[in-house]
Amino acid sequence: MGGATRGLVFWSALGLILLLGVLATKTFENAFFFFAGYAILQATIMAVAWNILGGFTGYVNFGSAGFFAIGAYTSIALVKALDPPMIVPLLVAALIGGLVGLGTGYLTLRLRGVYFAIATLAMAIVFETFVNNWAYVGAATGAYILTPEAPFFFDSYIEFLFALILFLALMAIAIARYLKISRIGQGLAAIRDDEIAAECAGVPTLRLKLVSTSTMGALMAVAGVPYPFFVTYVDPLSAFNLVIAVNAIAMPMIGGTATWYGPVVGALLLGSIQEVATVTISSEINVLIVGVLLVVFIMVAPQGIVGLIQDLWRRLRPHD
Amino acid sequence: MELLLNAIVSGLLLGGFYAAVTLGLTISFGQLDIVNIAHPAFVIVGSYVTYMLNSAMGVDPILSGVIFAPVFFVVGAAIYRVYYASFERTGQEALSGLAFFFGLMFIIEVLLIIIYGVDYRLVGAPYIGATWQLGPIIVPLRMLVPFVVALAMTACVYLYLSRTFAGRAILAVSQDRLALRLMGADPIKVKQVAFGLSIATAALAGALLIVIGPVEPSMNRLYIGRVFAIVVLGGMGSIGGTLVAALILGVAESLVATFYGPSWAPAVAFGILLLTLALRPQGLFGRY
Repeated sequence: MGGATRGLVFWSALGLILLLGVLATKTFENAFFFFAGYAILQATIMAVAWNILGGFTGYVNFGSAGFFAIGAYTSIALVKALDPPMIVPLLVAALIGGLVGLGTGYLTLRLRGVYFAIATLAMAIVFETFVNNWAYVGAATGAYILTPEAPFFFDSYIEFLFALILFLALMAIAIARYLKISRIGQGLAAIRDDEIAAECAGVPTLRLKLVSTSTMGALMAVAGVPYPFFVTYVDPLSAFNLVIAVNAIAMPMIGGTATWYGPVVGALLLGSIQEVATVTISSEINVLIVGVLLVVFIMVAPQGIVGLIQDLWRRLRPHD
Repeated sequence: MELLLNAIVSGLLLGGFYAAVTLGLTISFGQLDIVNIAHPAFVIVGSYVTYMLNSAMGVDPILSGVIFAPVFFVVGAAIYRVYYASFERTGQEALSGLAFFFGLMFIIEVLLIIIYGVDYRLVGAPYIGATWQLGPIIVPLRMLVPFVVALAMTACVYLYLSRTFAGRAILAVSQDRLALRLMGADPIKVKQVAFGLSIATAALAGALLIVIGPVEPSMNRLYIGRVFAIVVLGGMGSIGGTLVAALILGVAESLVATFYGPSWAPAVAFGILLLTLALRPQGLFGRY
């Protein structure tokens, strides 16, 4: 199958999934389905975005919750000030998240990778302190968002949010796939494997890394924009929740970081388990499961589920 | 003026305590190149075992920290074995090793929440609550005692690393692993001891933490920024640099908390960290 055909199949699949998602809002009555689906898709965007930097170039971002909260609080601030349509905070958040990603990357990526990891964590906490002291968005006590009227042809607002986050998740996947299969992706892989060799071979490593950090920051901020409407009440504790950051790392690591679809596999699987476990067991045990799965997968199967399946495939068909 | 003086003194006391919390990371991150972001989580574990021993049997918190240090040493050595076998040997420490410690930190925090709940825990000791008054300066003993213990611990680690054979081997492994191997020493064993030592310091640091104030499981996150800021500012692996950087951070935080409000204090460490990384990544006392 050639690149063009693959692209056609990929885009048709995306269109079909979006269509099915919108149709689902017309057929399913149970609101829980959309709440659970929203949470899983939000985590999918975060995982896909994390992997653009973490999986493709090998730089770890611990501050995913910070980028996510940038989106959530951009949304709150804009709604309080102007109450614009959703597209405005989405674009503004993408811009801010991208710039923060660019800035953090520019400050630290010329040093060792570990400094970037620590700086992202630092960025998240500086921003959390800032929000804790920013009375306009509710400071430490948090802010309420009124649920607007359901737009277009949707019957309830959660159905609209579900369709929106589905669209955003598909966009994130398309962007990640593009970055992986294009020339940029080859450059990123070269950075991951041996940065000095890549630099010597003429790969513009710093510029490519900055493309990754900016894209990651923009996508994560976008994932946070609809969040205040989803939960209707946001405080710094929930927007900067460590669980968001852990999931953003655990899902790609468990799914497999080497491909663009690994994080999607991880997010759908781990996200579903979490939705079931939160309801049936308890939320503490649920996050414990994520942590333990993360550590076990890193140690035993560093290539993730996708890697395991590829291994199995090769073993079953040895002559290929 | 009195306010300023008191802020500086309490900042110095706080800074001494920060040195105790950071000491372990100076060894693991600064000297062994192991990015143990779970270090503050181990400190919190140190606080909780101290709390357990203190509330059950009334053991003095600092004594309990000393009692638990060997236990933590063994745990640390074991963790290094796992870390070495899974990541260092295969050269995957950059991505997987970082994520491993991140997962470990998360597991420790959640386990503490499941076992002890999210309530604040505290210990009792005769010096908690007492204060000394030196002219206009008020010195609470719950700050002074950890300060003195922290300085003593820092001095011990410094003497161990610079005066003993095993300590010098640790410094050697941080400088040139290949040369150490050529001298016939096993860098893995040396690093195992060093990492054990770094976790052992967390036991005592945790005891100091719970002497200073009540502790709850998610507190470790506030310390991640502080300890990394101190290690980087102190010049990655220098014990003396760690102490100076810790004192600087303590005073800076105390001044910000006094004059701008305590809610801004957490940002100080990260501000210092980001500024150091941007302007002087080798730290105050770095060599390269």
